[in-house]
Amino acid sequence: MIRILSVRLLQALLVMLAVTAIAFIMFRFVGDPVAAMVREGATQAEKDALRATLGLDKPLVLQFIEFVGRVLRGDLGTSFRYQQPVASLLMSRLPATLELVIIATVMALAIGIPLGVLCALKPQAVLSRLTQSMTLVGISMPTFVTGLLLILIFAVNLRWLPSSGRGDLVDLGFWQSGFLTASGLKSLILPSITLALFQLTLIMRLVRSEMIDVLSSDYIRFAFARGLPRSYIYGRLALRNALMPVVTVTGLQIGQLIAFAIVTETVFQWPGMGLLFTNAVGYPDVPVLAAYLLFVGFLFVLINMIVDVLYTFIDPRLRTK
Amino acid sequence: MTNTSPPVLDIRNLRVEYPLANGSTLTAVKNIDLTIQPGEIHALVGESGAGKTTVGNALMGLLQAPGKIVAGSISIAGKPIDVRTGRTEGIIPGRDVGAIFQDPMTSLNPLFTVESQLCEGMLTHLNISGREARARALDLMKAVGIPEPERRLGSYPHQLSGGQRQRVVIATALACDPKLIVADEPTTALDVSVQAQILKLIRELADARGVGVLLVTHNMGVVAEIADRVTIMQNGDVVESGSALEVLTAPKAPYARTLISAVPPIDTRLERLPVPSDETKTTRKARDAVRRNSTKGDTARTGDVILDVRNLCVEYGRHSLIPGRKASVFKAVKDVSFDVRRGEIFGLVGESGCGKTTVANTIAGLVTQSSGDIDFQGTALGARRGKSVRQSLQMVFQDPYSALNPRLRINATIAEPILFYNLASTAEQARQDARTLLEAVGLPAETGTRFSHAFSGGQRQRIAIARALGPRPSMLICDEPTSALDVSVQAQLLNLLKDLRDLAGLSMLFISHDLAVIRQMCDRVAVMKAGEIVELADTETLFTAPKHDYTRELLRLAPSLDRILCNESNATSLRR
Repeated sequence: MIRILSVRLLQALLVMLAVTAIAFIMFRFVGDPVAAMVREGATQAEKDALRATLGLDKPLVLQFIEFVGRVLRGDLGTSFRYQQPVASLLMSRLPATLELVIIATVMALAIGIPLGVLCALKPQAVLSRLTQSMTLVGISMPTFVTGLLLILIFAVNLRWLPSSGRGDLVDLGFWQSGFLTASGLKSLILPSITLALFQLTLIMRLVRSEMIDVLSSDYIRFAFARGLPRSYIYGRLALRNALMPVVTVTGLQIGQLIAFAIVTETVFQWPGMGLLFTNAVGYPDVPVLAAYLLFVGFLFVLINMIVDVLYTFIDPRLRTK
Repeated sequence: MTNTSPPVLDIRNLRVEYPLANGSTLTAVKNIDLTIQPGEIHALVGESGAGKTTVGNALMGLLQAPGKIVAGSISIAGKPIDVRTGRTEGIIPGRDVGAIFQDPMTSLNPLFTVESQLCEGMLTHLNISGREARARALDLMKAVGIPEPERRLGSYPHQLSGGQRQRVVIATALACDPKLIVADEPTTALDVSVQAQILKLIRELADARGVGVLLVTHNMGVVAEIADRVTIMQNGDVVESGSALEVLTAPKAPYARTLISAVPPIDTRLERLPVPSDETKTTRKARDAVRRNSTKGDTARTGDVILDVRNLCVEYGRHSLIPGRKASVFKAVKDVSFDVRRGEIFGLVGESGCGKTTVANTIAGLVTQSSGDIDFQGTALGARRGKSVRQSLQMVFQDPYSALNPRLRINATIAEPILFYNLASTAEQARQDARTLLEAVGLPAETGTRFSHAFSGGQRQRIAIARALGPRPSMLICDEPTSALDVSVQAQLLNLLKDLRDLAGLSMLFISHDLAVIRQMCDRVAVMKAGEIVELADTETLFTAPKHDYTRELLRLAPSLDRILCNESNATSLRR
């Protein structure tokens, strides 16, 4: 167990180092930040001074080592655009995205798993057929279309829910939460539905096919031959086996959602990290981009490790004796 | 047998049908009559598709939709199954009928402990508390002979060996004290030594608890070993039924006779197994053509050493990431040496995990040895080997269902290696060769335009053999070529392989776990255990005067038709 973990950690470190190198290279090759930052018609001396303050005049290797050192200390540089530390910029945006992603994931799991089971057990039922065709729409419709449609119906026509922003927030010091106010919760509904729709479809289809697989296995036939109640066989014996790949996919999807909630955040003007990232691309705000790359890499490595550890808890075959 | 209690199983006129998509119906079981008394083991025998498993499934309420019972009556321990609904109402599977499945590796849920899987049935059917269920589970574990039952209750299935898992499965089957147990091929997936133990356990439990057992099997040796009565089925019909001794020694129905004579005997060697020969004018002509091809430019005499394996070691395992730390290595093959002579069939026999398949794969180049030499016709075989070596070493695999590419027509499958080795000048010529090979293995040439799914298991294995013969090999490696097939098909294929050996001067490395098959096929045999060869001798010497304890053990445990019957007749003659 400890050996597996240490090997995993080592691999994670290597991945992070590679990601850091790529982030560093970005600084060098995505345009000259100095040209973008100085005012028009600046003198060469002014440019050089700025270059020196940004530390861009030193040798490459030294710059990389310094970069790694800064990253390790949590110093991700200063945003070219906002002239603020990137770390605090990310932290201020993180709660918005995380809250959105958590709600979307819970929604996807809570609806996707039961629907998937239903579709596997009763493929002929009306609800199963409806789900099957609806999810086809869900998986093929682009997120921005779903988002805009929802805004059109619930915000513009019915005026039930807000169309943009996070509503009233409660500041917990390090975390600005929308969970604690009515308007915050109301604002969460539409974007999280938009974000959850694709995951929901994916999870539902995965559960369905896994469940069909498991139901044809010998141990489920053996359970029937022992006359165990259907609800017990489906709900406990079969579902547990069917949910194993769902853990992996959900883990990866959470990573995906956090990193790439961009479209949804843009449509709903959600002040999350995706919006920060799109704005940074346009500028180009390289420190933010690099920090974002690092953050996403770290997120995926972390989630993969959590999934691995979770697996050893779920699947006794992976636990070493 | 005097008994006042009703038979544990009474089937009358059972008929099971499957409606097909085109509107017609497939009758899987027709008019079966079968009774089992308490404590009796009744074997239901037949080849695949005979309907024997369908009978078992009907009893357990496991008939797959749309299959249904359309006529007849079933009663278990005096309680009738409602056949009008086609379901087993009134009889609860698990409580009234226990089940033992074929493969203990897959019939237990990998995510739950043994205790949970043992107790769940009792908690459902018996109305007892969790503590009582646990106590019962412990008793059952003891009854089926699992060491350290207390600790094993907390184990997960993967922590148990195959034999132990099957014991757990038997314990679950017994959990609610059913009057009848349906055992569907309970030992087919097990090694001979484990098989012997499990059969003994089933026999003892039947005697001690008065449980009736319906034993569904295709293995006549198993029948001879433990069954009291036998019913032989063919195409859904009962062909013959009676006491095991009578049916096995003096079968009356022609099919029963064919089936029993197709079982390879372990005690004598037959030149050919007595099944209808598939040699016709067409096959003879085709085989002549194959012979002409294979002897072209072949000057070597028979009896020369063609394959020489010296001190072969194969290790599996990962190298440790941390330097200086020893990697976890599994030695699959340890210091194995043997040679195969030209025109000889050399057998490798052993239980699962003994390394026999690894040896075959190493020689075939699918695995690379960690040390040791393989000399094939004067060429040393390593990881990289020349085209001519690869051409003259061909392989036939165990499972004919996965050995053929489902997207290639049979002609193309067979012609592919012929073209690859430039043995035909044109594609048309290669297809012609493929047709000849098909005929040589006993299939009509025109079937070559079909895909592999249109063929039965035996026919697929013939195709695989034809494909292996295409590159005109001098040696064929056959890894359990008949273990997935029915006995009569197996007999035909064994005859075919012998014919081809004589025909093309082939040498063969023949791998099997079945001692009777080895005896019929091989000139010399090596017995493997835990990666090592424990005994290597002429087949006749090995079977008549085995030297190593392990060989003797294997021979003693192999279920065999003739030996049991031999003992029986000795016993009866003594009684006289």
